[in-house]
Amino acid sequence: MPPDGAPAPDDGALPVASLTEVAGRPFGAYVHVPYCAARCGYCDFNTYTAADLGGALISSVGLTTFVDIAVQEIRLARGLLPTDTPALSTVFVGGGTPTLLPANDLARVLRTLAAEFGLAPDVEVTTEANPESVDPAQLEQLRAAGFTRISFGMQSDRPHVLAALDRRHTPGRVSEVMRWARKAGFDQVSLDLIYGAPGESEADWEASLRAAVALGPDHVSAYALTVEEGTKLSRRVRRGELLEPDDDLLADRYLLADDLLGAAGLTNYEISNWAREPAARCRHNLGYWHGDNWWGFGPGAHSHVGGVRWWNVRHPAEYAARLGADRSPALAREELDEDTRRVERVMLRVRLADGLDVGELDDAGRAASGELVDSGLVEAGGLEHGRIRLTRRGRLLTDTVVRALLPT
Amino acid sequence: MSAAPHLAPGADPSMIRNFCIIAHIDHGKSTLADRMLGVTGVVEARNMRAQYLDKMDIERERGITIKAQSVRLPWQADDGGDYILHLIDTPGHVDFSYEVSRSLAACEGAVLLVDAAQGIEAQTLANLYLAIENDLTIIPVLNKIDLPAAQPEKYAEEIASIIGCDPDDVLRVSGKTGQGVPELLNEIVRKVPAPVGDPDGPARAMIFDSVYDIYRGVITYVRVIDGTLTTRDRCLMMSTGASHETLEVGVISPDPHPTGSLSVGEVGYVIPGVKDVRQARVGDTITTSRRPAVEALGGYRDPLPMVYSGLYPIDGSEYPALREALDKLQLNDAALTYEPETSAALGFGFRCGFLGLLHLEIVRERLEREFNLTLISTAPNVVYRVVMEDGSELTVTNPSDWPGGKIAEVHEPMVEAMLLLPTEFVGAVMELCQGRRGVLGGMDYLSSDRVELKYALPLGEIIFDFFDSLKSRTRGYASLDYEPAGEQLADLVKVDILLQGETVDAFSAIVHREKAYSYGVSMTTKLRELIPRQQFEVPIQAAIGARIIARENIRAIRKDVLAKCYGGDITRKRKLLEKQKEGKKRMKTIGRVEVPQEAFIAALSTDTGKATPGK
Repeated sequence: MPPDGAPAPDDGALPVASLTEVAGRPFGAYVHVPYCAARCGYCDFNTYTAADLGGALISSVGLTTFVDIAVQEIRLARGLLPTDTPALSTVFVGGGTPTLLPANDLARVLRTLAAEFGLAPDVEVTTEANPESVDPAQLEQLRAAGFTRISFGMQSDRPHVLAALDRRHTPGRVSEVMRWARKAGFDQVSLDLIYGAPGESEADWEASLRAAVALGPDHVSAYALTVEEGTKLSRRVRRGELLEPDDDLLADRYLLADDLLGAAGLTNYEISNWAREPAARCRHNLGYWHGDNWWGFGPGAHSHVGGVRWWNVRHPAEYAARLGADRSPALAREELDEDTRRVERVMLRVRLADGLDVGELDDAGRAASGELVDSGLVEAGGLEHGRIRLTRRGRLLTDTVVRALLPT
Repeated sequence: MSAAPHLAPGADPSMIRNFCIIAHIDHGKSTLADRMLGVTGVVEARNMRAQYLDKMDIERERGITIKAQSVRLPWQADDGGDYILHLIDTPGHVDFSYEVSRSLAACEGAVLLVDAAQGIEAQTLANLYLAIENDLTIIPVLNKIDLPAAQPEKYAEEIASIIGCDPDDVLRVSGKTGQGVPELLNEIVRKVPAPVGDPDGPARAMIFDSVYDIYRGVITYVRVIDGTLTTRDRCLMMSTGASHETLEVGVISPDPHPTGSLSVGEVGYVIPGVKDVRQARVGDTITTSRRPAVEALGGYRDPLPMVYSGLYPIDGSEYPALREALDKLQLNDAALTYEPETSAALGFGFRCGFLGLLHLEIVRERLEREFNLTLISTAPNVVYRVVMEDGSELTVTNPSDWPGGKIAEVHEPMVEAMLLLPTEFVGAVMELCQGRRGVLGGMDYLSSDRVELKYALPLGEIIFDFFDSLKSRTRGYASLDYEPAGEQLADLVKVDILLQGETVDAFSAIVHREKAYSYGVSMTTKLRELIPRQQFEVPIQAAIGARIIARENIRAIRKDVLAKCYGGDITRKRKLLEKQKEGKKRMKTIGRVEVPQEAFIAALSTDTGKATPGK
C-alpha cells in the first residue's frame, strides 16, 4: 500500500526550494517495469500479470505500450527539473520483471533518459533480470545499449526452496545466464538471494551461498524473507499452513551469509548488501541511503528531489491515463521538514558500513550512542572517530539502534 | 394540570398497600411493573417505553436494577375500594443486599415472581428469605405463562414446596400480554396488610434509596412509618444529627408530584437540600427538627467495601478527569470509596472500595461510558485482617500493604454461598467449590431435578472468575448468591512477580499458599508471551518473599531489522519507525525492561475475567 501523503499537484510541479538542491548532488533515475509472467507468493511489489490486467499484457496498459508511456513521464520530468540538473550518474531498471520487455524497449528508455538528462561519463546502468526470462542475444543488446550492470534474481540454489518461493528457474540456469552476461561484457553482475523461505534448512542456505560465491559475482544482496500483508504467503501463514520465519533463525542465517560471503572476498557495505570491492557497490542504491535525488518513473515508483518525496499511482492503466491527459502520475507526496530529513538521514545512513556522522545526532542521541557501544551494537572504534558504525549484532538490531539514536 | 385524587396528600393508611417484586433477572419484573403502570392508568400506552422504572442506561441495557425506584398506583379493587398501591422496585443483586433489605423493610408484602419456564433462581431465593425474615406477606406468581416452554404445574409445585403454600395459590400472569395482572393487583389488596403506624407521633421515615440529581441535589426515597413529614418542618437525619431545609416532599406516579406532605404508610420522596448522598444515606431515619423522634428506625448501617481494586487511566493524562469523575459518582454512591494510589507499572490511579464485583464493574463502566475514560483495573482484593507476632494488627486491602515482618495469623472474609443448579451438575459444582476451599454446608432438593447447595467459601476465591467457571461448568444453568459470613484463619501468602529482579506491583496477589505456585506459573508464562523481547535476556520470576517459586525467561532479541528497501519507499520505512517510537512512548519501564501497556492490560484482564455473580 502506498503511504499517506498530501495530494500532488496535477502538473507535478515541485517547490522552488527543493529544485535549488538539485544541482549539488548526484542524480539518478529509477524505472519501474510493473509486469511479471506470474506473481510469486511472497512478493508485494507493484507488479501485474497478464491475468491481473484483463487477459493480456498486450493491451493498452500492457507491455507493448509501456515504454511509450514511460517516455512521456521522462519528458514531463525534464520539464519540471531545472536546467542545471546534473547528468544522470545512475539508472536502475527494476520491477516487476524488466527483462520481460524486449531489449529494444529497455534501450529506448535509456536513450530517452540520455537525450533528456545526459549520462555522466561513469554512469552505472543496472537492470534487474530473472534468470528464466533472459537470453544471450538480449544481454548482448542491453550491454550494447549502455547497460553496465545486471542483477539476477537467483534467490536460492535449492529446487524445493525455489518452488516454495514460486520461482520458475532451475538452479543450473543461474550459472548459464551468468556466463552469457560475462560474455556480453557485463563487468558488474549481482546476485539476489532470499533466506528463511518455508522449508529451507540451514544446509540449504549454506548450499545456496556457496553456489552463489562459486559463480564469482561482483555483488550479492541477501534478504530475509518478509511476510508482507496481502501476499499469498501471508494468507498461508494466517491459515497456519506455513510458519512465519523465526527471527532467531533468520539471525543465524544472516550471520552465516556474512561469514561465507566475507570468506569469499565480498565485504558487507549495507545491512543486506556485499560487494567485491568499493567500486562494485550499487551506487544507485547508495543514493537512496545517502539521501540523493532520483526520479522514479513508472507505476507506483517513488521519487525524491530536494526533500520532497512522492509516489506515482500504482495501476498501469491509471498511470497511462494520467500521462495521456498530460497530467503528472504522482499520487501523493510529502515535503519533509528539516527535522524529518535529519531523522531519515540517521535512519538510512546508519545502515551503511561507512556509518553515520555523530554530528547528525542531538545530545540525547549522542548520549545513547555511548550506551549502544556498551551493549555491543555500535563499534567503539568508529565512535572515537565521530562515526556510528554498526557491529554485526547491531546490523541485526538496526531498528533498536535507530530508535535509541532518535530518542525524541 | 389538576391533581388526580390518588395524588392528594393525607391518604388513609387502611387504603394503602406497599409491596415489592422479588424476581431473578430476565424473569420479567420490569415488564410486569410496566404492565401494572399501564392497567392502573398512570402511564398511557402511547407513552410507554420498555422498563419504565429502570432509569440508568446500564440498567436498561443489562436489564438489572441498581437503584431502587418506587411508583404510586391508584387501583379500584374488586371490592369496589379505591386503593393506593406503592410498588417499590428493589435492586436485584447480591452486591446491593443491604439496599435490598431496606427496600423490603419499606413494604408489607412481596410478589415472588418466577419465570414459568425456568423456575426459581438463587438470587430470588436469597431475597425471598430476606423478605420472609422481614415478615412480608409473600404472593407467589408465575410469569411468562404465554411461553410455549412454560411449565406452570412443575414450578408451582416447586414454589409451593419452598414457601409452604398450596400450588393452586400460585398466581399465573403474563407481563407480556397483561393476562392475570388485574387479578394480581386484587390479590395484593386482599393479602398484603395495610401499613400501621402512629399518625400523631413524631415523624419517622426510612430512606430506602438516595440519589443525586444535578438540578435538585440529593433526592431521598422514603417510607413514612410514623407521623407526617411536611415542607414546613426542617428535616433531621438521625444518624448524623444534621438538619436540613425540606425543599420538597411528594409522590411519584410515575413522575415526581409535589404533595407538600407524606403521612403514615405513604411512600414518596423528600428533597432535603443536600449535595451528597452520604448526608442522606440509605437506611437512615428522617425525622423533623421541630419535633424529633427519640429512637431511630432499626437496621441502619454504614456501607462497608468488601472488594478493592486499583483503577488507572490507560492514558495517564486522564488522571485528573478520573478524579473528577469519581468525585461526581460518589455524590450518588455512598458505598464507593477511593484514594490516590501510584503504581510503577500503571502510573497514577485510585485504590477503590466496592460492595462487590458487580458494583466494581458498574462503577468502572459508568466511568468509561459517562465520563469517556479508558481504564484498567487491577485484580480485585478482599479485606484481610493480619495479626503480627508482636500482637499488632492491620487491615490489608492491597497486596502492596502486605506486611514484611513475622505474621502470626491471617483472617480472610467468608461468605455463605447459595447455589441453585440442576442435579446433573452437582458433581461439577462441588468440585469447583472444593477447589476454591469451600466447605459444604447443606444440600436440599427443591424438586426432583433441582438442588440447592450451601457452601462456606472465602470471598477472595469468589471474586476470581468463580462465576464464569460456575456458568461454564453448568452450561449457564447454575445461579449463585452469597452473603457475608464472618471470617476464618487462612494460610495466605503474597506472591510477587519480578521482571529482572524488580517487583511489578500491579501483579502482586494475595493467594492461598497451595495456589501460590499455580498463580506464579500462570503469570510468568503469560508475561513471557506478552512482553516483547529486549536487547538482553529478561528473567520473569514469581516469588513468595525472597523465595522464587516459578521462573520464565524472555530470550534476548537478536533481529529486528527490516532488510528490504522497497524500491526507494523511504516514507514507508520512516512511518514504521515513527510507529515504533509511538509504541515506545506507551511503554512503561520496569528496571531496564520496557513493557508495553497492552501487556499489563492483557495480563490483568485475562486473569480476573468478568466474574459477576447474579448476572
